[in-house]
Amino acid sequence: MSPRAKAASRAKRASVLEQRAAQPLATTNGAPARGARIGVRKTYKLYIGGAFPRTESGRSYEVFGAKGQLLANASRGTRKDIREAVVAARKAFGGWAARTAYNRSQILYRIAELMEGRRDQFTAEVMAAEGISRARATRNVDAAIDRWVWYAGWADKYPQMIGTVNPVAGPYFNFSVPEPTGVVGIIAPEESSLLGLVSRLAPAVVSGNAAVVVSSESRPLPAVTLTEVLATSDVPGGVVNLITGLRRELVGHLAGHMDVNALDAFGAATDEAATLEEIAVENVKRFVRPPSAGLARYDWMADSAQSPYLIGEFVEVKTVWHPIGA
Amino acid sequence: MTLTKKPESRPAPSSWGLASGENPWQYAPAPEATDHIRIEPEYGLFIGNQFAPSKPRKTFTVINPATEEPLAKVAHASRADVHRAVGAAREAHRSSWSKLPGRERAKYLYRIARILQERGREFAVVESMNSGKPIKESRDVDVPLAAAHFFYYAGWADKLEYAFPNRDPRSLGVAAQVIPWNFPILMLAWKIAPALAAGNTVVLKPASTTPLTAYLFADVVRQADLPPGVVNIITGPGEIGMALVTHPDVSKVAFTGSTAVGKMIARALAGSGKKVTLELGGKAANIVFDDAPLDQAIEGIVNGIYFNQGEVCCAGSRLFVQESVYEPLIDKLKARLGTLRVGDPLDKNTDIGAINSAGQLAKVQELVESGIAEGAEIFQPDCELPTRGFFFRPTLFTGVSQSHRIAQEEIFGPVLSVLTFRTPDEAIEKANNTPYGLSAGVWTEKGSRIFKMVSAMRAGVVWANTFNRFDPTSPFGGYKESGYGREGGIHGLGAYLDLSGGNGR
Repeated sequence: MSPRAKAASRAKRASVLEQRAAQPLATTNGAPARGARIGVRKTYKLYIGGAFPRTESGRSYEVFGAKGQLLANASRGTRKDIREAVVAARKAFGGWAARTAYNRSQILYRIAELMEGRRDQFTAEVMAAEGISRARATRNVDAAIDRWVWYAGWADKYPQMIGTVNPVAGPYFNFSVPEPTGVVGIIAPEESSLLGLVSRLAPAVVSGNAAVVVSSESRPLPAVTLTEVLATSDVPGGVVNLITGLRRELVGHLAGHMDVNALDAFGAATDEAATLEEIAVENVKRFVRPPSAGLARYDWMADSAQSPYLIGEFVEVKTVWHPIGA
Repeated sequence: MTLTKKPESRPAPSSWGLASGENPWQYAPAPEATDHIRIEPEYGLFIGNQFAPSKPRKTFTVINPATEEPLAKVAHASRADVHRAVGAAREAHRSSWSKLPGRERAKYLYRIARILQERGREFAVVESMNSGKPIKESRDVDVPLAAAHFFYYAGWADKLEYAFPNRDPRSLGVAAQVIPWNFPILMLAWKIAPALAAGNTVVLKPASTTPLTAYLFADVVRQADLPPGVVNIITGPGEIGMALVTHPDVSKVAFTGSTAVGKMIARALAGSGKKVTLELGGKAANIVFDDAPLDQAIEGIVNGIYFNQGEVCCAGSRLFVQESVYEPLIDKLKARLGTLRVGDPLDKNTDIGAINSAGQLAKVQELVESGIAEGAEIFQPDCELPTRGFFFRPTLFTGVSQSHRIAQEEIFGPVLSVLTFRTPDEAIEKANNTPYGLSAGVWTEKGSRIFKMVSAMRAGVVWANTFNRFDPTSPFGGYKESGYGREGGIHGLGAYLDLSGGNGR
């Protein structure tokens, strides 16, 4: 079974309409609880404007592990949640973009510091979500942490790669600088629950954009835990917002929102992305398509999955002219 | 046109020392010679270095907007012609152009730049005859800049690895390029020069009212001895442009034009995988602070909105004046408008030529009438207009509010909307209150304020104490609904390359 078919199958099992025997939730914030103590479970909520609201719909959907075990109920976000998140992102954008690059750099590094402290929890969640070995999950989590460190270092460097001084033929000083695009919608990859998300989110926010993320539908839990890290990492509220839920109920609204400047559909399925691209035209969104060879063969661990040019996908180049004279 | 208010006559300022009622700006006619120009009675499509009629043979007439006289007939391409043109480009990319070393491609581009310079006056005259723009502009701006673009990008052709380190730059294939009528030869150069430098081949569709310099350029292609099929030029209405950009063998689409058409194209291309850049409309703010050098600012405002009859996507069509200098500035501006010479585009003294088409003139008139109807106050100098051709007086509106159509919609004509502000923050708020984001202007003597304003403008090009400057090395393109991608500079080069590298991209 292909990964996508597996995902579809999981999504089907998650249907609220399906009749099936009740089963207990597994604890996923850390190793599955065993023994006498009754575990304290976590409520997986949305992340909007720095707060953790439940979805306004009051609904949830069941999230299953790769082995079919019921992990948790996740919030089934709605169009209204998307809109609240866009409002929060727009509000946060100006201040985040105005931070010094040095400051954004330190805050991204801080994210890595706090993820490191929760390394075991992330590993357990990724194992449960993706059904991979502990060793492989650990490599994924480590790569995700290292990715924040790597992009943290780019905050005050990428403008020197993308910006230029332009030798115009006249008495003018002319330069081009990259600026963040604004509010970026991100369709998180369905399969790579943590590393895939971090690989798309970090390059979007390092330049000063604010993000609204639609998480993986079948594997949303590591993403929710990531927002708990973001909330305590000096990332201003609203810079990153996360909506969990059924993707078909969410992504079109994000793609069509008139106050979203760009859409990263790298994590979307190819046919899904084509529809989103068309919707995104309404306000001429910048649009990033899935890889031409498909996501299934995309290697998130590869060096090429991180690049300063990915920062460039969500910046605008502004060119300034000024006369030179007495 | 029907205006409810008679145009005012403004006296020259008393400081000029003129007798009352004396017009200081009497110019004898200074017509540019046209006897060296040869315009063919009919132009076929230019495919594979050959001119040939469309199949089935069909033509439309191109006119001079200043006289309404026909200039030539040009081929009306069919879908089959589009297919032939793309096929010729695809074959040229496969068999010759993509295999040519960059340094050899460069030499072809240098040749084109040189020939454009050699034939500069011919291009300028034909451009003015076909587009209506003043000869001094086509001669001093459009044509020299077009040549400069080829010269600039020629130098990139063999240096792509240095431009994009670690990205394995590769040509994309066939570039489909659709350009507007406001800067016909300059937009052609903006499109074709980087495309060829990057190793792509081209099918270009000029606007249907202004194809003549593009077909003249086809002759340059032949003189430069480019391999057949590297540059192909076809003419026809919008649906032919749509057929071109959606053709399955096209890998890259570049469009300059209205936001509405840009959206149609982007929708049609969704999911196609074609690389797209769009340079769309604008409604630029030109912001004048009370410490600005007013006389320079007046020249910048005039250049910002009346350059090329205001038919400029980056035109400074919304003037924001700090309230404390509003009255002296408006007085000076009205006096300056009275000195603008409107008329024959081929007269070397003309400042404002003809509007490009009857349709565009009607659109400008309609928006001007909406400005009057919505309560803004119109001012037009009392200048004579030629009796034939599509002419429109330079116009300014005062008392404009943010909600007026003339403050929101792109007019694409010589019409300025004047608004006021008190504080820098108010200016920023108002200037950015538009779905467009192509350009902006700031006038102040205070350096730190320039940088505050420049940073706050959500626009791709910001001119400080100047306006409407262009250069091949200087990236140009918009934020928001003004499009995406940049033309010019190293950024414009990247738009014509596959930079995705490995890892399934």
